[in-house]
Amino acid sequence: MMARSANTAVAHDLAIEEERLHLRVVEPQDGGPPHPPAAPPVSNTRVAIAMFLVAESMFFAGLVGAYLVFRVGSVVWPPAGLPALPLTVTWINTVFLFFSGVAVVSGLRGIRRGDQRALRRRLLLTAALGAVFVSVQGWEWAGLVHHGLTLSSGPYGGTFYLLIGTHAAHVLGAMGWVLWVTAAAQRGRYSVENHDGVEMCAVYWIYVCALWGLLFGLVYH
Amino acid sequence: MSEAAAAHAHDEHHHEGGFVSTYLFSLDHKMIGKQFLLLSLFMMIIGGLLALMVRWQLAYPEQPVPGLAWVPEPYLYDGIIPPETYNMLFTMHATIMIFFVVIPILVGAFGNFLIPLMIGTKDMAFPILNMLSFWIAAFAGGLLISSFFVEGGAAAGGWTAYAPLSAAEVYTGVGLGQDLWIISLVVLGISSMMGSINYITTIINMRAPGMTMFRLPLVVWSLFITAILLLLALPELTAAMAMLLFDRRFGTAFFLPEHGGEPILWQHLFWFFGHPEVYILILPGMGIASEILSVFSRKPIFGYRAMAMAMIAIAFLGWVVWGHHMFQSGMNPTMGMAFMTTTMVIAVPSAIKTFNWLGTLWGGNIHFTTPMLHALAFVSMFVIGGLSGIYMAATPVDIFIHDTYFIVGHIHYVVFGGSIFAIFGGIAYWFPKMYGRMMNETLGKIHFFGTLLFFNITFFPMHIIGIGGHMRRIYNPEQYEFLEPLLHWNEIMTIGSIGLGIFQIVFAVNFFWSMFAGEKATQNPWHANTLEWEAPTPPPHGNFLVTPTVYRGPYEYSVPGEKEDWLPQARPGSGVAAAH
Ligand code: HEM
Ligand SMILES: [Cu+2]
Repeated sequence: MMARSANTAVAHDLAIEEERLHLRVVEPQDGGPPHPPAAPPVSNTRVAIAMFLVAESMFFAGLVGAYLVFRVGSVVWPPAGLPALPLTVTWINTVFLFFSGVAVVSGLRGIRRGDQRALRRRLLLTAALGAVFVSVQGWEWAGLVHHGLTLSSGPYGGTFYLLIGTHAAHVLGAMGWVLWVTAAAQRGRYSVENHDGVEMCAVYWIYVCALWGLLFGLVYH
Repeated sequence: MSEAAAAHAHDEHHHEGGFVSTYLFSLDHKMIGKQFLLLSLFMMIIGGLLALMVRWQLAYPEQPVPGLAWVPEPYLYDGIIPPETYNMLFTMHATIMIFFVVIPILVGAFGNFLIPLMIGTKDMAFPILNMLSFWIAAFAGGLLISSFFVEGGAAAGGWTAYAPLSAAEVYTGVGLGQDLWIISLVVLGISSMMGSINYITTIINMRAPGMTMFRLPLVVWSLFITAILLLLALPELTAAMAMLLFDRRFGTAFFLPEHGGEPILWQHLFWFFGHPEVYILILPGMGIASEILSVFSRKPIFGYRAMAMAMIAIAFLGWVVWGHHMFQSGMNPTMGMAFMTTTMVIAVPSAIKTFNWLGTLWGGNIHFTTPMLHALAFVSMFVIGGLSGIYMAATPVDIFIHDTYFIVGHIHYVVFGGSIFAIFGGIAYWFPKMYGRMMNETLGKIHFFGTLLFFNITFFPMHIIGIGGHMRRIYNPEQYEFLEPLLHWNEIMTIGSIGLGIFQIVFAVNFFWSMFAGEKATQNPWHANTLEWEAPTPPPHGNFLVTPTVYRGPYEYSVPGEKEDWLPQARPGSGVAAAH
């Protein structure tokens, strides 16, 4: 399959070489070289990250929609015999995640001032708080499993683990991104003028935190 | 990423680059487009052969398929198709055709090849992401094909994977095959997401000077809207697929009623994706047809803005009609009424487009080239498919014809009669730009007329037998006494499908022969206005030697006072034609 396409590509490249000699140059005839397109108001990376977040939102919308179908369609929730979700611990955990969001913003502010040290430290703090969040959640899950709530506990268990687990996976992914940016910051990759990389990562982190706010409100209450 | 793009665009030594970087892991949008095209045409052969086997079984139930006696058990028994294999055949046929043929050609091949050229830029915004999106799609295709060879065979619960059929092994006997089906489509979704982000960013940010949104060719508009629909629809399908996989492998019961699950929930999740999906399948085809109809009528497209607005309207309305696939699912009649109404409403923009195509043709100087013939077939066949859609949208009618061959007829008039004719037309039209050579017109016309004839023989009778009560997805129609008077149609349709298959060989011959030995193409063989024809044929890496400047809309044909009957978008204003 690929070999075949490669052959045709060879033929096609020979044709390019041949025709290269007769290229028609496209130039406006009203004099002067065409001006390069003005820089777009929103950079490519920003558009791309915005689109990515839209896609992520649709993914969670699917899961949340399914969750709501089960929850609204049930008379008792949680169903008899299954444990309620631990609210106090999760509130505390939510505060950790909230502060990780504060930390990432503070790191971003740091690099906007040119403060490399603040950037690195705040990013590390962000990732650390993220790690605390995921660990507490893991501990909480262990407790729930112990009390008999598993994936097979009907839609109640299934939606809980799938929804919260998918979010936790996103936190882990975002932590990886934050650490990657931290490593780049260590090498002096960012400056006052150029810190798009930090910005994108911070936007994603905040998105994941905000998503938690929504899920926490929906699933735990 | 954008640095890589810039460095790449300035790479003058591309043609001395290694085989691997030039042909396999190319970052050039044109090469990636061609990779998508070849991959999908290859998949089309597989999907087509599966369909022929389905047709064989329907016309000659439980008789050995000629030439397939060698296929081992339990797939075939001395060439005879068992029920399990039959289910696999129609499931995989539809999955391959929809996800690995029509979408990758329209979006992957045409989207990649055309967008940068038609908006006048060097490449996509993120070339590496673009390259990855192809290889991820190819990997997904490999996964899907591999599922044929695992224990229990490939998915057999229909392309719609209705639960509980798809949610537990006991119902179909398919194990790993269904899991691979799910994983393959999730992986393909990742590829589509990458592609969509790339297209949207490129179209928003990288248009040539003067190329305003309302000077974009309609095909670019259609690809833009398709990319948005893909970006919104596929992640939602991914969520549903994740739930399905969890039901199958990790003990959840989202869709399994015996443990409190909701099989109907799957239908909602699937069709909420599924209806936008069918517009993903048709919008780029509408765009391609618009380009071709205007060029070969030598007339401006009728109602350019209405055309763009109709596509935008479809993109919005497409989200509120999914229930029309579920009238028979025990839905509350009030809901059914609501979905019926929205479905009738969404037919309006499609009708607007159809009338505008006719308006474009009216009084035009029509050139019956191969691309034009395909575009004309697109319009006519799409009208038949659209009209059958309106019948089905009416609940009282649909309750009767749901899950019959009428639906299968509808599907094929819109997807084959619509999308596939647009694809053939688009290939013939842009082939000169893609490969630097013309396709052969005689072979092109033979292929066209053969396809049109046998397409109708194959699919039109489906309406008749559907109204007669012939169910879809049944293994052996001879088992039902009331179907006896309809059975001869099955034989006619099968013969039609064999003819349809044979004529595709003409296309394959034309495609590969023309690639190497076709007549050399000039820069603008069709005298078309859009920017891709300003680039050399075939365009070098980086496309344009100088970024073109755009002075007008894309369809200024036969402008009074001009000495030629076309006026390219990039030609500085002559003063006569103050357009748009
Ligand atoms: C004029 C606009 C259209 C209307 C009113 C319409 C209406 C419908 C309705 C009501 C159904 C469900 C029938 C049933 O299962 O009982 C249906 C099925 C279907 N339509 Fe359309 N349709 C339209 C256009 C299209 C287009 C443009 C495409 C694709 C290119 C398409 C592809 C499909 C497919 C694939 C199915 C069958 C899905 C399945 O059950 O496997 N339709 N259509
Ligand atoms: Cu639909």
